[in-house]
Amino acid sequence: MEKIVLPDIKNFHKIDVYIVNGGYSAAKKAFAQSPDDIIDQVKKSGLRGRGGAAFSAGLKWSFMPKTSAKPKYLCINGDESEPGSFKDRQIFEFNPHQLIEGILITAYAIGAKIAYVYIRGEYHKWIKLFNIALEDAYSQGYVGEKMKQKFGTEFYCDIFIHKGAGAYICGEESALMNSLEGKRGYPRIKPPFPAQNGLWGCPTTINNVETITNVPPIINKGWEWFSAIGEQKHPGTLLYGISGHVNKPGVYELPTGTLLTDLIYKYGGGVPGDKKVLCVIPGGSSMPPIRGDQIEGVKMDAESLKTVGSAIGTAGVMVMDEDTDLVKVLARIAKFYYHESCGQCTPCREGTGWMLKILNRIIAGNGSISDIDLLISVANNIEGNTICALGEAAAWPVKYMVTRFRDYFEKRVSKEVVLPVANKVHSMRGTAIPLADIKT
Amino acid sequence: MTNFKFTEENLKRIENEIKKYPVKQPAVMAALWIAQEQNGWISGEVIKEVASILEMTAEEVLGIVSFYTMYHQKPMGKYHIQVCTNVSCMLKGGYDIFDRVKEKLNINNMQVTEDSIFSLEEVECMGSCGTAPMISVNEDYYENLDKEKVDQLLNSLKEKN
Ligand SMILES: Cc1cc2nc3c(=O)[nH]c(=O)nc-3n(C[C@H](O)[C@H](O)[C@H](O)COP(=O)(O)O)c2cc1C
Ligand code: SF4
Ligand code: FES
Repeated sequence: MEKIVLPDIKNFHKIDVYIVNGGYSAAKKAFAQSPDDIIDQVKKSGLRGRGGAAFSAGLKWSFMPKTSAKPKYLCINGDESEPGSFKDRQIFEFNPHQLIEGILITAYAIGAKIAYVYIRGEYHKWIKLFNIALEDAYSQGYVGEKMKQKFGTEFYCDIFIHKGAGAYICGEESALMNSLEGKRGYPRIKPPFPAQNGLWGCPTTINNVETITNVPPIINKGWEWFSAIGEQKHPGTLLYGISGHVNKPGVYELPTGTLLTDLIYKYGGGVPGDKKVLCVIPGGSSMPPIRGDQIEGVKMDAESLKTVGSAIGTAGVMVMDEDTDLVKVLARIAKFYYHESCGQCTPCREGTGWMLKILNRIIAGNGSISDIDLLISVANNIEGNTICALGEAAAWPVKYMVTRFRDYFEKRVSKEVVLPVANKVHSMRGTAIPLADIKT
Repeated sequence: MTNFKFTEENLKRIENEIKKYPVKQPAVMAALWIAQEQNGWISGEVIKEVASILEMTAEEVLGIVSFYTMYHQKPMGKYHIQVCTNVSCMLKGGYDIFDRVKEKLNINNMQVTEDSIFSLEEVECMGSCGTAPMISVNEDYYENLDKEKVDQLLNSLKEKN
């Protein structure tokens, strides 16, 4: 299987190696066409965002005004703070130039002359690595004003790194823009959407690192080629991050639609001690958990996961074996969202704390049956009632974990702690709760 | 309280950061990073100095410092030990690692050892879930840990002093 985002080429992160292998030729090809042609090709390729919501990249770009008195901006989201996600750092380390080239093409398509790459503060090392690549690209004339000579174009684009400082919420696109403006990272009320009113009130496009790294091959090899890979409605490859109870955790680039069981058993090397799988979170901790007895036949792409009541998110697959204490896992997830809530919306600020409190009560052995319904009720009162999707991110794991493992939670509150239970629960596939569409 | 002033070199770095943006304020995050590098933590004096350079109010700068977890609002140890206990790490023994560090250093979360060599912080997912469990010491990641490796790491840091 051909790799698009992380090709197996030695030293591909070095500019010379990248160029020898055709690097920066997609940019040249793109600049010879009109921006609308580029947007059209990316639209037809079917490329969808890899940052969580799987929104069409080409469609997003088409929302940018064609003419604007104000400057336009491109933001690249390298905040990568969703628990279970560790893929974008691979791109900064192993394929930074394809990201840079993708940024140039995207900036050209939307008419931006400045692109900011927002990278989480903890990624000191990867910021340095990406910066080395960026400096090389600048000094060889692939970025900045020297592009005019290099590519023989009027267009040029500067790329700047903005270092975060520890705040999960800054991955949310409007919070990211506030953070970039030197403010507290509070999400903004939408509308207005970034394409109309983004950075400093100017038209802005925000895309994930992996999304943009897919762009140069699409331009080089054509949208038809890309759209034929993986699942038709969500084509291409994904950088699946597999973690938790597997023998070979790591990032695997594979086509969309790869079987979840293949990720766990074939690529992830199976579960240590051949234990059973109790629970899988397929797309980072914000996404609804799936029961271990329901993973057979589940395909990993946006549409397929919707049909089993979950979502692709960042494709960060967290695997839990039959000896896992799910209540503790859920409490840890709840603690995360409680910690990361920015506090603007009452349901999120208060609700995340309540859910944590209830879960801690259950862990302490003081839970009751009514606590289970209380958890679901609090989650339901957060979902849909907040400024940003952190509300859903906090509500979904609780709501779906508790609903799908109700038998498990009931045993816990009746103080009858029985582990493992994976082999004792019955299939719930038919009753899996469908998801509402994810909003960004 | 001593007055905080940026070094000449660091002032230049801040100037370069300002150039990235159409206005000055966005450079506040970088300026605070540079200040923390120079001063070890973000004191009230640092806040005033950053505010005056970037034409912000001290309250605005404080608002930034208190929003982002990586700016230290008090002096931390020479080696700031950050242990991830989020789910993927937890599943691989992240809490055992956290407890081990607590025990070895005899401090709790967000505390500093008496000799100011070590401080400890329980952190959220660091993007090392596939190489869990992990610790970050200042800027460096240590991955695929177990208790023995934690002991070795802490001992080697102790020996450096
Ligand atoms: C709480 C929260 C955190 C997010 N964190 C990230 C992140 O770390 N990286 C990312 O690319 N997108 C993140 N997103 C999604 C972004 O808001 C946005 O949809 C995405 O960057 C768009 O890029 P894409 O269309 O290329 O996926 C987050 C969303 C929410 C609600
Ligand atoms: S949903 Fe939560 S994180 Fe998002 S804006 Fe509201 S309080 Fe802040
Ligand atoms: S959960 Fe610890 S690094 Fe991701």
